[in-house]
Amino acid sequence: MINGILHPKNVVDQLVQQGVSHYVTLPDSETAHMYEALMAEPSITVVPVSREGEAIPVAAGLFIAGQNPVISIQNAGLYEAGDSLRGLALGVGLPLVMFIGYRGHNRKGDTPDSAATILEPFLHLWRVDYFVVESDEDLDRVPLAFDRAARTNQPVAVAIGTEYAKEETAEIVTGGAG
Amino acid sequence: MITYADSCRVLNESRGDAVSVTTMTQTRYWNQVSTEPDLDISISNGMSKASSVALGLALGDPQRRVLCLDSEGSLLMNFGSLATIAGMAPENFYHVVFNNGIYGITGGQPVPAPGVEYAKAAEACGYVSAHRFSDIESLDSALPEILSQPGPALIEIIVKGEPQKEGVDQTWESNAMMPKQLRAMRKRLTGKDDWGPGGPYL
Repeated sequence: MINGILHPKNVVDQLVQQGVSHYVTLPDSETAHMYEALMAEPSITVVPVSREGEAIPVAAGLFIAGQNPVISIQNAGLYEAGDSLRGLALGVGLPLVMFIGYRGHNRKGDTPDSAATILEPFLHLWRVDYFVVESDEDLDRVPLAFDRAARTNQPVAVAIGTEYAKEETAEIVTGGAG
Repeated sequence: MITYADSCRVLNESRGDAVSVTTMTQTRYWNQVSTEPDLDISISNGMSKASSVALGLALGDPQRRVLCLDSEGSLLMNFGSLATIAGMAPENFYHVVFNNGIYGITGGQPVPAPGVEYAKAAEACGYVSAHRFSDIESLDSALPEILSQPGPALIEIIVKGEPQKEGVDQTWESNAMMPKQLRAMRKRLTGKDDWGPGGPYL
């Protein structure tokens, strides 16, 4: 487990600051509470997909139409989406921020979850720049990801290295009642 | 049986100012008849994902009709997109599926289940309407009404197979076409020329 808490509302605030219009996603265990926070944010439209490989092409269509989408899928889903990443993001130079659930990440390097051990080597191999976010203290990396994507016309990953906190937890922590 | 050429001709006659997203064999015929090439993109380097790109366009520009010219082999590979499209239910989405039961681009091998009825599948997923045509007269007469009604609608066309005899020509120039088309369409739809070069082809 990672020490530190990542509150979904704070991530949503980052998305709003970046003018994100659509959140294309297939929910996973790490990001479940993010879904609830997004449903409470009227300026962002959630687009649920049936399989992770759909997320990048849907985002590409949205971007072509003038919108500002992000995607959110799990690391295992990113591997499933490999050809979409190749053809419709890296291949066409799509400036897209991809939130990737870092399932199995524990910072110890001996995780039994191959979905975690493969993620960073995968991103390096595919030449995808990335930032790891493990808690609220790391959220200043989110605007860096948007800036990198816009400057390079390439997809950039934000690897979410912990489970999003439940909103009730967020209230307790931020309210100092814990 | 309907030909690709006739299908594309009657589709173009009814398209109006719809954007089009094509893939596979029909792209060649569509390019010969299209009267709005600035509003056409071909997903030539994104295996099976025409329907997903078209969904993004439909959601991003809800005032404009989107015509996706898909094929059955591609749709089988991205079958979940039927449910995704039905779930978002964009009224401006029209999903044409060319069905001849073979992989034409790779020489004519049969798809795993040549008897799949895509109109029925779309209807079961929740498309607002779904239609199946096997003669050009019926397609020609029905299209204006279908395209004037809210979608998502699926239009399955039983076409004569045209197995390609030679492999697909891959060059740096041919692969640069898709990123150029995507940028041209964004410029046309948004009025902004703000998507600079990126990736290996531009």
